[in-house]
Amino acid sequence: MSDTQTQPPNAQAILDVLFRNTTRLFAFLVFAVLFGILITLLVASLPALETFGLHFFTNDAWNPVTVEFGALVPIYGTIVTSLIAMLIGIPVSFGIALFITELTPAWLKRPLGIAIELLAGIPSIIYGMWGLFVFAPWFADSFEPWINDNMGNWPLVGQFFQGPPMGIGMLTASFILAIMVIPFISSVMRDVFEVVPPMLKESAYGLGATTWEVVWNVVLPYTKVGVVGGVMLGLGRALGETMAVTFVIGNAHDLSISLLMPGNTISSALANEFTEAVGDIYTSSLITLGMMLFVITFVVLALAKLLLLKLASKEGKQS
Amino acid sequence: MRNIVRTLTGTVAAAGLVFAVSAHAVDITGAGATFPYPIYAKWAEAYNAKTGVKLNYQSIGSGGGIKQIQNKTVNFGASDKPLTVAELDKDGLMQFPAVIGGVVPVINVEGISSGKLRLNGEVLANIFLKKITKWDDAAIKAINPGVALPSANITVVHRSDGSGTTFNFANYLTKVSEEWKTKVGADTSVSWPAGVGGKGNEGVASYVQRIKGAIGYVEYAYAKQNGMNYVVMQNREGEFVKPGLASFQAAAKYAEWEKAPGFYEILTNEPGKESWPIAAATFILMHKTQENPAAAKEVLKFFNYGYTEGDKMAEALDYVPLPDTAVKLIQKHWSVNLKGKDGSAVWP
Repeated sequence: MSDTQTQPPNAQAILDVLFRNTTRLFAFLVFAVLFGILITLLVASLPALETFGLHFFTNDAWNPVTVEFGALVPIYGTIVTSLIAMLIGIPVSFGIALFITELTPAWLKRPLGIAIELLAGIPSIIYGMWGLFVFAPWFADSFEPWINDNMGNWPLVGQFFQGPPMGIGMLTASFILAIMVIPFISSVMRDVFEVVPPMLKESAYGLGATTWEVVWNVVLPYTKVGVVGGVMLGLGRALGETMAVTFVIGNAHDLSISLLMPGNTISSALANEFTEAVGDIYTSSLITLGMMLFVITFVVLALAKLLLLKLASKEGKQS
Repeated sequence: MRNIVRTLTGTVAAAGLVFAVSAHAVDITGAGATFPYPIYAKWAEAYNAKTGVKLNYQSIGSGGGIKQIQNKTVNFGASDKPLTVAELDKDGLMQFPAVIGGVVPVINVEGISSGKLRLNGEVLANIFLKKITKWDDAAIKAINPGVALPSANITVVHRSDGSGTTFNFANYLTKVSEEWKTKVGADTSVSWPAGVGGKGNEGVASYVQRIKGAIGYVEYAYAKQNGMNYVVMQNREGEFVKPGLASFQAAAKYAEWEKAPGFYEILTNEPGKESWPIAAATFILMHKTQENPAAAKEVLKFFNYGYTEGDKMAEALDYVPLPDTAVKLIQKHWSVNLKGKDGSAVWP
């Protein structure tokens, strides 16, 4: 305190400039790292792109012997597993957050919150091993025969649920991913639900709204930026998750409609094959896969931002 | 791309090298295959106790080992897959085998215990080609008279990561099946016609134990230590043999090393009545012209120690030591092919 007062004013100004520039440098480092990674990926993926052209993205072959590579299977696997994980994860997370903020008795609030945070802190390899040794056998013996019998005959979507009940495959990976993203999404949702001003909620209750109406019409609109942010955080984790998926997805470069069949994702393909990839084209194809993951994540984030902008522009226009 | 990787790995490894050199004058460095890492580590420990020479071995995978030795960042590289003569010549490298292991088909079929199922190369290839899909297929029944085979579906389990194990297994299938050779081929990872992929030996093992009716392949040491149900294989001479130390060593003994230029010899489908058909050697790569003959000599002395005094240690870890005939050939190979910059032989 007294230091700053006794210092001559121009020393203070120098300090200010110094501080501003240091923080600016740190901030710009983010750009530098981002572009550095992007450029490295681009340069390193050139050999593969020159060899295969755009066909790389639509080719479902992956043959190191004949040096023919295509990204269709891993891209498909990445998107499908993440999508299903979100389909399961978002409603469950929403339910958890809603229960904790609106319905739970006060004594249960803290233990539940702590349990979720602990779940978020479990390393992904643990989820992978648990998935392989505990979840997959149960899935194979109980759940997969059931969906074969009960969902396999549904019109149109039935073929997604037909297949040998091995317990290892895209559906198992999706479930593990869902379990992994739930703590992320639900803890963000819980945090943002808690900051809704009580006055808003109480006015709605005062008008005779039910709990559901309050959550759906007051809490959710008020917190939509945070909710979408939480979902994006979960989606980001699902898209990039490596170890847990590698354990249970079956790692086969096959394009199959059935979700019970083994598949592959970009990150598990990289984890599996990068160390032993011999030859420029092979390595370069793997790096191109990495770049695709980068692009997919970027597109997803951009879409989320667009969605938020669209929601913001609608604000106040309807009842 | 290559340049970036080369510079990066070069810098990192050079930093490691400088550190290693400054720590001890005669330390040797190597990098590569993960499969022989336990035995190299064991030998290194004993060798260090005896001579004070330290080995710094990084088990980063065969692909990484090949890259590192090409960039001359290590004294030797290690690969489960031998390089062809053309590949060796391109970078001025030579190679020699270090130790032997074997690949074993393992199964999970109801009612069939370990060693009770017999297979031959053709049937094994057809299973992995998805042409045989049931355990009670006529082709399997024909070589297993008296064995009660269930009418269950076969699920093929393979490695999902690139691996020398896959290379040797697929190489065997190319030798026994024309269709496998033309459709799939052999490499550290291949385009599998069927099945699910597990990461590492442990991944394949747990998938096989998990899935009823599964067949997979793992490193012998892994199958033995985990008590997996192995398969008895018919070898080239038509004999059915069990996997194990004796049958792997037989394969190495009957292998015609002297006729294999640059030790490019894959120990699959070797002659000999006792030979296991899918044995596998792991290889060491070194530069033919050594800028630092002293370090090269230390490497050779280390492996010579492994060959001559390390047999017991290898067997304790379920590796198979090379037969003496092969060791003699290797020592001769060293004296002919490894030269210092002035052209003088490094060995002996």
